[in-house]
Amino acid sequence: MIRLEKRPTPSQVWSWATPLVAVLATMVAGGVLFAFLGKNPVEVIRTIFWDPILGEFAFYYRGQLLVKAGPLILIAIGLSLGFRAGIWNIGAEGQYIMGAIFGAAVGLAFYPMEARWLIFPLMIIAGAFGGFIWAMIPGILRTRFNTNEILVSLLLVYVAEQILAWAALSALRNPEGAGFPGSRNLKQYASAANEELIVGWGMHWGVVAAFIAVIFAYILLSRHILGLNIRLAGEAPRAARFAGVNPERLVLLCLGISGGLAGLAGLFEVAGPAGQISIDFNVGYGFTAIIVAFLGRLHPIGILLAGLLMALTYIGGEAAQATLGLPAAAIQAFQGMLLFFLLAFDVLTNYRVRFGREVKA
Amino acid sequence: MSATLLEINGLRKAYPGVVANDDVSFSVGESEVHALLGENGAGKSTLVKMVYGLVRPDEGQMSFAGRTYAPGSPHEARRTGIAMVFQHFSLFEALDVAENVALGMETPPPMHELANNIREVSETYGLPLDPGRLVGELSAGERQRVEIIRCLLQDPKLLIMDEPTSVLTPQEVDILFETLRKLQTEGTSILYISHKLEEIRALCDGATILRLGKVTGTCDPREKSARELAELMVGTELATPAVRDHELGDVALALNKLSVASTNPFGTTLKDLSLEVRKGEVLGIGGVAGNGQDELLVALSGEVLSDPGAVRMHGEAIGGFGPNQRRAMGLLAAPEERLGHAAAPDMSLVENAALSGWVRLGIVNRGFIDWGKARGYAEAVIKEFDVRTPGSGNAARSLSGGNLQKFVIGREIMQKPEVLVVNQPTWGVDASAAASIRQALLDLAAEGAAVVVISQDLDELMEISTRFAALNEGRLSEPRDAAGLTIDEIGLMLGGAHGMEVAHV
Repeated sequence: MIRLEKRPTPSQVWSWATPLVAVLATMVAGGVLFAFLGKNPVEVIRTIFWDPILGEFAFYYRGQLLVKAGPLILIAIGLSLGFRAGIWNIGAEGQYIMGAIFGAAVGLAFYPMEARWLIFPLMIIAGAFGGFIWAMIPGILRTRFNTNEILVSLLLVYVAEQILAWAALSALRNPEGAGFPGSRNLKQYASAANEELIVGWGMHWGVVAAFIAVIFAYILLSRHILGLNIRLAGEAPRAARFAGVNPERLVLLCLGISGGLAGLAGLFEVAGPAGQISIDFNVGYGFTAIIVAFLGRLHPIGILLAGLLMALTYIGGEAAQATLGLPAAAIQAFQGMLLFFLLAFDVLTNYRVRFGREVKA
Repeated sequence: MSATLLEINGLRKAYPGVVANDDVSFSVGESEVHALLGENGAGKSTLVKMVYGLVRPDEGQMSFAGRTYAPGSPHEARRTGIAMVFQHFSLFEALDVAENVALGMETPPPMHELANNIREVSETYGLPLDPGRLVGELSAGERQRVEIIRCLLQDPKLLIMDEPTSVLTPQEVDILFETLRKLQTEGTSILYISHKLEEIRALCDGATILRLGKVTGTCDPREKSARELAELMVGTELATPAVRDHELGDVALALNKLSVASTNPFGTTLKDLSLEVRKGEVLGIGGVAGNGQDELLVALSGEVLSDPGAVRMHGEAIGGFGPNQRRAMGLLAAPEERLGHAAAPDMSLVENAALSGWVRLGIVNRGFIDWGKARGYAEAVIKEFDVRTPGSGNAARSLSGGNLQKFVIGREIMQKPEVLVVNQPTWGVDASAAASIRQALLDLAAEGAAVVVISQDLDELMEISTRFAALNEGRLSEPRDAAGLTIDEIGLMLGGAHGMEVAHV
């Protein structure tokens, strides 16, 4: 018989060990899955986790690592604040899209004027604002009408996707693009380009912003009264009220921050790696960031590491698709498994597993 | 002496870092009412949990009705003939009485039959209860009856009761005692846990006293005074709170027709509450649970806002001020629910100290928390109020109820409030700690603070109140001087008869 015994205090060891155990379990279960697909599991796992960093073509993949990790970390940091406070923004993908559209629109409005000192900062502000506004919709609906922010924010992703299609097909379409959908390429517009800061590293302004967000979030949560209030609201809502936390203000604040950061991530992506507004601009960073946030224990440093790991599965997954012919769905299942195992092993933080019946001494 | 029903021999249970019970032996005779006495953390709960099969002992044996008894689950305990009424009810408010009873039974009969059984048992034992009523509409006393009837339907040989009277009015206590005596004459044994020593002396035939997990004595409680019993349990002489004579000052806190709608569907709406508390005064507010105590506390703490003029402090209208604005002015509060309201369960005591203390203690500087200062304050509270914990870094939920209570009350008192509002300040706290909390409240008043004590413990209110008022269905009676009030008068005030009195005036 297996029994779960509640621990008096959550285990510190397990709180940090569960992500590692979950990663290992995902590798094992993923390996079994890949074996069923007729692939050599060891080879697939190596292709995903090893080759991008230390393999033959690592010089190419390494740059990709930060490019993918940057938006994931930036979005996940914002989400983690809300998640800690019990405010569930599931629509970061939509806020990411709106940030990209707002930011790109501002940049394109100035085309072909050259004034980087003005245009790029304005785009950053517009990007953050786009995400912020999109997150305020579920925020205000929740505080005013008590709607569920999970549903509203999620459904707004699909609205954002429609707006993205409209922007790519008409509003922001490149007038010199020979009728093809998609905006001008911002990378070729010096005043608006989010260029690589160190060539070959994939380090662009969005990655810098992600690192700054990690540091800010760390200080906020560990040293600032607002961080204490955020944690309180999530752990004990009544105690938070007792401590003077205004729950409505906190909802708006957390949604606003997470929306703003997701918008920033979208802007840096559209002005950098993606280069243009296109119909298929969004690739699911906003959803994957949810996994990153939980894998990182909602802790800024943890999110930094989880973001890098998740980026690795993206890149490794692509490599596995290209070289081993693994279906894309298998990689998504693999990423999903990670969250599944993480939540399952999380039980160990609060509970102790006892095998067999207690024997009298 | 009648035959032994339950015999406990050398029980031991250790948790990491604590030995909850060590070599505990005692016995309960057939149709005996046996009291289990002890301070908080003395191991009473662990002990009865072992008897009820919730916790397995590390060492020792039990025998029940002459046979070896080692329950692996409450299920097994119930089959053997042991039933338990817990201190905190486990009832579903949205279900009716019969449904709640059925949920706790091994093999519930069909609903209509069960309803009849409930009526029958409730009449036999003088516990009036309608099986069709929603539990959410019942008073605390009636809810307890649901739990008791659920037990009685199993026809137990031993009934365990954990602090059963803490939520009852004096009249309800009388009814409960009638029932217990009746059960006793029918041959049921009762294991009775309580802090109220007078009750134990009135009801019990035998008592086992626990201290720090060990048995320190067995006696006949009727032959000892309440004071002697308390001292046996605490191990030292008990200090009676001393009321210091002092002059009352100006009105510090005033309510003027305070009305607040409850947000909870089963909550109580406050209606036209008016009162004045002066500096140096302790206003006791009695009442049976669920008559608006919680709502009154949150309206005073600032968690729920009201008409600005309905709450005034030193004449200033503060009804629209939030908790931290009120704290800055010197109005502090300590809610009843320790875990989840007064303290965040998974946060450390340091974080919990900062939670309500940062405004007045300068723990936060330009938004940043000075954790060193917060730790210092947490440790000062732990020391001053004798909170037993391995350290200030421990999570609030790892403390026993009484120790956490000492912490959350101490946390407010040591901030030197000008007005302090507390709800159930000594709920679940052992006798000596309760005495020191009461003394601290009295000292605070003597130093010129206005203190409002909301409590269901009438003895406590009589001991420390300058004036007394009762809450009933969200209305407050006219406060009266506490000196000279009789228990009967108080009972009437609690029952709502004061409404007629007011109408005459």
